[in-house]
Amino acid sequence: MKDQLIEAKYDVETIRKLFPVLDQEINGYPLVYFDNAATSQKPLEVTDSLLNYYHADNANVHRGIHTLAERATSAFEKTRETVKDFINAAESEEIIFTKGTTEGINLVAQTFGRVNLNEGDEVIISTMEHHSNIVPWQMICDERKAKLIILPITKEGELIIEAFEELISTKTKIVAIVYASNSLGTINPVQKIIELSHNAGAKVLLDAAQAAAHLEINVQELDTDFLVFSGHKVYGPTGVGILYGKRALLEAMPPYQGGGEMIREVTFEKTTYNDLPYKFEAGTPNIADVIALQAAIHFINKTGKTAMADHEHRLLIRATEGLQQIPEVKLIGTAKNKIGIISFLIDGMHHLDVGIVLDAKGIAIRTGHHCTQPLMNFLGIEGTCRVSFAAYNTEREVDFFLESVARIIARRK
Amino acid sequence: MFKAINDIQEEIIEEFSFLGDDRESAIFYIMELGDKLPPLDDRYKTEEFIVKGCQSKVWLTTDFKDGKVIFKADSNTEITKGLISMLIRIWSGRSPEAILNTNLYFIDKIGMKSMVGSQRSNGFAAMIKQMKLYALAYQTKESLN
Repeated sequence: MKDQLIEAKYDVETIRKLFPVLDQEINGYPLVYFDNAATSQKPLEVTDSLLNYYHADNANVHRGIHTLAERATSAFEKTRETVKDFINAAESEEIIFTKGTTEGINLVAQTFGRVNLNEGDEVIISTMEHHSNIVPWQMICDERKAKLIILPITKEGELIIEAFEELISTKTKIVAIVYASNSLGTINPVQKIIELSHNAGAKVLLDAAQAAAHLEINVQELDTDFLVFSGHKVYGPTGVGILYGKRALLEAMPPYQGGGEMIREVTFEKTTYNDLPYKFEAGTPNIADVIALQAAIHFINKTGKTAMADHEHRLLIRATEGLQQIPEVKLIGTAKNKIGIISFLIDGMHHLDVGIVLDAKGIAIRTGHHCTQPLMNFLGIEGTCRVSFAAYNTEREVDFFLESVARIIARRK
Repeated sequence: MFKAINDIQEEIIEEFSFLGDDRESAIFYIMELGDKLPPLDDRYKTEEFIVKGCQSKVWLTTDFKDGKVIFKADSNTEITKGLISMLIRIWSGRSPEAILNTNLYFIDKIGMKSMVGSQRSNGFAAMIKQMKLYALAYQTKESLN
């Protein structure tokens, strides 16, 4: 049962105490960490879990008969159950542990894609995709002589659904769409995309890398075929991620890599493969980080994802309105429905310079193309300054950021 | 009178020492140094003149007159422009030998790496390398004449 204590009254200062990394000065100023879309900070619960595993339980999973192996296996599989509940999958066998979002997309492209794509078939992605949701599809489309179709977006940074209705057809085999844009913050109308895709007989992969920490995800309600996200963007460790897939699809897909837990029996003549989910988990997995992911999801559950999202939305509104008051600032991406991400440019200043000057005041933002170069090309820019919020950010930090942006502009005049 | 290379390095060190430990002021000062760099003709802002290894775009071109190397440069970012302006201040108008024999000690003295980060520092190293390569090429050319 979720602990609703924090949710009842969102107490950001209490939450901040769970993140020791935030309690430090950078260049003589309190750290303001606004680079959460790149990676979130980790609560004590997660770092304690990592330490505890190595200090008390370290053993390989699934095959050992001794107590440590039993403990490690139990904790490892408990994470699978936790993730199943986190995204409301029908069964834990539909949860595959990966290295992260990128590996999940590559896995689907190289297994489902290889079997289901033929010459003349089509894969639809959008202009706002991260490179990780472009390149794997380019690779498999090249290999299978399929066509990669790009769904256009508006200048505000919203998908053009009317264009999608035109592009989707019986030729479309896969639609791979980002749930929430890492560069613009746009929350895409994925339910509509899934409905339209299924009507045309296409399967859908949702890149939930940015959505997973901020939006309630219910894969059964969405009826998505695949969904991927990374541990390190949901307050968990790096090097671990999730691929969700509907059982029937996963059953029909060939293995991705060979060796380790993915086999049932090996002879030199023939190998048979293990059941789900192990069929897709070759080699010794990232045990400690998988177990710590459970702690990260527990942190989100007990804090309350809705409460976190509401808090981040308040920060988004405050920062957006503040930046809109500064004439030299141009917002990039003004979709109506956004998670707590703001991209912006300052007139006459390069985004890299803005990032360095803000760092001098202890403010960590991201600058550059955010691994969405085709999106930047569409927008006619090299990159942006990006601030992205998490549960532990405060209105005071937003105000200091806004003052700092105004001061930079004043000093450069 | 033309100042010695190390005198200019000392000048730069002194200028930054006035800024104390205020990193923001130091960065703004670097940008102001860039503002003073003479504009570079657009015909040089092509791939051919880009310094490889910089995160920002840096265009660098040279002339060689009376045994001296004349450097001109520009960048698409103000901080990088400021960084190369310091190298131009030290090296433009010097002989290839003087450039090749310089110990650029001011970089450590002003704490540049901590000021602009490792990526910009790597870019700065690429600028230094490119300028020294030009000097070496002119030195070689001179020795063949």
